[in-house]
Amino acid sequence: MRLTCVVNGEPREIDGVWEGESLLYVLRERMQLPGSKNACEQGECGSCSVYLDDVLVCSCLVAAGQVEGRTVTTVEGLAPTEDELHPIQAAFVEAGAVQCGFCTPGLIVATHDLLARNPSPSDAEIREALAGNLCRCTGYEKILDAVRSAAEA
Amino acid sequence: MEFLQPPGWREALEARAAHPDALPIWGGTDVMVELNFARTRPAALLDLTHVPELSRWESEDGGVRIGAGVTYTRLIAELGDRLPGLAMASRTVGSPQIRNRGTIGGNLGSSSPAGDALPPLYAAGASVEVASVRGARRIPIDEFIVGPKRNVLGEDELIAGVFVPVRDDAAQQFAKVGTRNAMVIAVCSFAVDVSEGRVGTCIGSAGPTPIRAREAEAFAASAAPEDAAAREFGELVAAAASPIDDVRGTAAYRRHALSVLARRTITWAWETRCA
Repeated sequence: MRLTCVVNGEPREIDGVWEGESLLYVLRERMQLPGSKNACEQGECGSCSVYLDDVLVCSCLVAAGQVEGRTVTTVEGLAPTEDELHPIQAAFVEAGAVQCGFCTPGLIVATHDLLARNPSPSDAEIREALAGNLCRCTGYEKILDAVRSAAEA
Repeated sequence: MEFLQPPGWREALEARAAHPDALPIWGGTDVMVELNFARTRPAALLDLTHVPELSRWESEDGGVRIGAGVTYTRLIAELGDRLPGLAMASRTVGSPQIRNRGTIGGNLGSSSPAGDALPPLYAAGASVEVASVRGARRIPIDEFIVGPKRNVLGEDELIAGVFVPVRDDAAQQFAKVGTRNAMVIAVCSFAVDVSEGRVGTCIGSAGPTPIRAREAEAFAASAAPEDAAAREFGELVAAAASPIDDVRGTAAYRRHALSVLARRTITWAWETRCA
């Protein structure tokens, strides 16, 4: 099928998409947007988190056909320009919340969604909002620090 | 693979009649896992996300009718006041990403004994509304699900929604055991729904289907709300379960945990009603 949608503000048209493949596959393999990571492909890890029409979703669980005519925002679409970081990304760097970095894009998008809904979350609210994003390198303390600091910024 | 994307309910039912082998999909939280791991290759996907009728809920005489495409996030935000037990259960589903996409209709369609939204629906005495081009029917939920991941949905039928009775002054509770607070399939779960002269219950993830604990219900409906009665209630619930040993827990652990969950939840519900 031909898939027509808007990704990070740009209209995109991709031919040869298999209807049953995931939005994650479309982003990574057909649109050269590898920021969304492929780890579990079953919605367990959150590494592929994106916005679908402003709703935080796991892109591995969205069928390509379901994206027709819709709007997608990935981690690549958050920063204001190519040379700048989004304040949440800057907070993650500053706090040392990145170790191997594989989970980071998903955590950035999930944090972005949290702070858009709740600009001053409590620790419990941060933990609940990020419960679907797994980091296997280390603990979550630096990540929590980064979210708190982004919320204060 | 065909990809069917009906714009409305009438068209969805026609597509279903014409493609009985199509796999319905809304949030994809179960269906896409099957596709990603090549466990299933349906002849067609029937995408229901464009059917506006499915995403609505409305008050009806004696309760609330919830469209099959209402997500857990919306159940929590929009129906927490009327259906607190269902909202509590919805909060335990997956993660924000999963709750934003997963729907009550999907939980019914998957018919897993571990479906988190199912125990509060059983405890309330909900009925599942299914429809085809031939017409619609409502089926009591405990007659709709007939085995692990099996239900009585006809091959030309779709799940339209679920009707949940709302009783004045009902106190509802839900509790679930898992290895963490998020992203976990229930080891076991329990819902209780207490109103004047009626106690509804349901055991999740400890049998081939969710199970109403009928003896426990009859006992609690006439028991004085005291500690000894709560313990007796817990034992009756544990006795009604039909658990197995599996990777998530042993049958013995599930039975024990259910007696604890049942004792606690009935106590909380009694406290709410006495307050």
